[in-house]
Amino acid sequence: MSDPLNAAALLANFVVVPAVAYGSQLALGALGVTLIYGILRFSNFAHGDTMAFGTMITILFTWWFQSMGLSLGPLPTALIALPFGIVLCAAFVLLCDRTVYRFHRANRADPVIFVIASVGVMFVMNGLVRFIIGPDDQNFSDGQRFIIKAREFKQMTGLSEGISIKVSQGITVVTMIIVVAALFWFLNKTRTGKSMRAYSDNEDLALLSGINPDRVVAVTWILAAALATIAGTLYGLDKSFKPFTYFQLLLPIFASAIVGGLGNPLGAIAGGFVIAFSEITVTYAYKKFANYIVPGDWKADGLMQLLSTNYKFAVSFLILLMVLLFRPTGIFKGKSV
Amino acid sequence: MSRAGLLISMRNVLYFAVMAGLIVLVGQMQSWNLALSILNLCLISAVMSLGVNMQWGYAGLFNVGVMGFAALGGLAAMLVSMPPVREAWAAAGSGAWVGIIIMILSILAAVALYRKLPKSGFRTVLIMLVVITGYVLLRIFFDPTTAVIEKVNPAATGYLGGLGLPILIAWPIGGLLAGGVAWVVGKITLGLRSDYLAIATLGISEIIVAVLKHEDWLTRGVKNVTGLPRPVPYEVNLQNTPWFLELCEKLGADPVTFSSIFVKLCYATLFTVVLLFVLWLSERALRSPWGRMMRAIRDNEVSANAMGKDVTARHLQVFVLGSIVVGIAGAMLTTLDGQLTPSSYQPLRFTFLIWVMVIVGGSGNNWGAVLGGFVIWFFWIEAEPLGLWLMDLITSGMSEDSGLRAHLLESAAHMRLVTMGLILLLALRFRPRGLLPERTHQ
Repeated sequence: MSDPLNAAALLANFVVVPAVAYGSQLALGALGVTLIYGILRFSNFAHGDTMAFGTMITILFTWWFQSMGLSLGPLPTALIALPFGIVLCAAFVLLCDRTVYRFHRANRADPVIFVIASVGVMFVMNGLVRFIIGPDDQNFSDGQRFIIKAREFKQMTGLSEGISIKVSQGITVVTMIIVVAALFWFLNKTRTGKSMRAYSDNEDLALLSGINPDRVVAVTWILAAALATIAGTLYGLDKSFKPFTYFQLLLPIFASAIVGGLGNPLGAIAGGFVIAFSEITVTYAYKKFANYIVPGDWKADGLMQLLSTNYKFAVSFLILLMVLLFRPTGIFKGKSV
Repeated sequence: MSRAGLLISMRNVLYFAVMAGLIVLVGQMQSWNLALSILNLCLISAVMSLGVNMQWGYAGLFNVGVMGFAALGGLAAMLVSMPPVREAWAAAGSGAWVGIIIMILSILAAVALYRKLPKSGFRTVLIMLVVITGYVLLRIFFDPTTAVIEKVNPAATGYLGGLGLPILIAWPIGGLLAGGVAWVVGKITLGLRSDYLAIATLGISEIIVAVLKHEDWLTRGVKNVTGLPRPVPYEVNLQNTPWFLELCEKLGADPVTFSSIFVKLCYATLFTVVLLFVLWLSERALRSPWGRMMRAIRDNEVSANAMGKDVTARHLQVFVLGSIVVGIAGAMLTTLDGQLTPSSYQPLRFTFLIWVMVIVGGSGNNWGAVLGGFVIWFFWIEAEPLGLWLMDLITSGMSEDSGLRAHLLESAAHMRLVTMGLILLLALRFRPRGLLPERTHQ
């Protein structure tokens, strides 16, 4: 009788919990990409490295606070450092906009020119991050590690499979909910948010009705930098910080934004979870799970893993291709320029 | 030729002369061995950027997967040239063939369904079912086989080996492999908005490199395949060859140093032949009615479409052609290295650097792409000693044991990424048409 329950606990522990956390991180990243796309109308290839840049600043502040003995008790110190990371990252991104993108915007350049310019910005950010903090793994999480440990769960329920939830996973989900709620409130209720949506819907009409484009663009960059820094820091707390990994996150993040419909914030969140759940369910080894649910003495030989974790990028890619083949505007209707 | 035309061609000659002068300078100041290594990689980079220039310069397609296509070329070089590992084939037995047959059958079935059935949701579901079943069957039959193959003498082989053919054959084959993958990617993403091609190519290149890194039975993965057969003589053999020793005596050169220079010169000759051939074809294509049509499509898709040009089909065509050229260059690179090292495929080095070459050189101008390949590769290599020298200068005031000084010196290498990014951004802003702008024939 407890076998189906054990199987469910196993899946919850190794698939659902990690996928929810990872999905939240992707959703935050994809929101940044989709905002830039909706308002500035290009795919920002520098987004992964913006995440790395913001996270790097957060890490540097975290180390500084840790050396001063500052801490949040059970919560990671990085949460105090996060605002500093956001502010400096936003400042850097605004500087990039002023020096790079504004010129092309004034020239009404082709979207693909913006994409190439973002590749240039990516180079610069990537180099700076490697220059300042180095290309290696950095660990900056502290505080308590688990909300529920697998052993405690087993004692509580009497099951032989435990569910463990890391503090970083809990923080990720809570932060994601707060950030998304705040973002939607901002976009739907405030004057600036409404002008942003108007600008995204129809640039010329928005300009005619007196919306200040510079302000809209600046606010967009600040929001994107904030989202990127938060997403990057949460990812770094949950896994670890390595500049190259953040560059590679670009693919699942783009996939999330496109699956949901580029330019559509709600779609970006849905897309993030679709990608995260597919990636983890496809790369999970179902051997133990099968042994639980198949009755009798049958034992699975082999890992029963559909795809090795080395190919997790292939999952985002395949989903991306399927969406492009069947519904190029995404699940929720996005823009197509 | 008009006066302005004459000035332009004089300027072009001047650029190339300066570039040649820089390489000679390295030969004089550092060493001729280094100068020739730089020259060889410049030649390969030039071929690669010619390929990207076809896609971007002729057609405005943004391919962010250059690395993947180059890696496919490298894979082809290895698969063609290495001798087959007979023990592995024997150990694999029928498993390998069953795997190959399942793969071919499922692909054929999927293609047949695509051709025979009318377009509908039912067809796509059916095709997906066929592909997934094929994949699962492949895994069931092939997984044990890969394990067996990887166990055959893992320190030396542990893979199936190649065909044992001359490596020069691999160059066109690498191109065809890259072109085939490009066709599939292009078929799906072209015709949609421009960013999708970029994102899809980014994805496919990551996947190709992941396959190279992790499928040990095919490529030995991160253990690398070393000692690929060469198309040129080996230094050791040269040093024992009478005519070579006579040549050395006549030139008054040291046989050991000169043999390595001689080998590099052989490579340089081969690469130059390929570069000139591709360049000649590209120039012919660009000046032909086909080239004019491509530029017309690039400059105004809507009106080209209204004139009855099939924009998507032409895009697909030029995307595949460009990828073939990149694949050839990738095979050349692996030939020069003499080994396939999957972990060396880094997107910044293989994709984005090539883009800097094309943009800085002059998109749409083949000579510009070649010049860009030379200039950017030269600075990519020379940026390191320059950067170190600069850092030395900056930190010279600091004390010997300063932590900051150590960090700055250690991280100097990363500054070249920043430099490349800045070069790209500056070129886009101040010289968007590149060093050698595209020439418009009135």
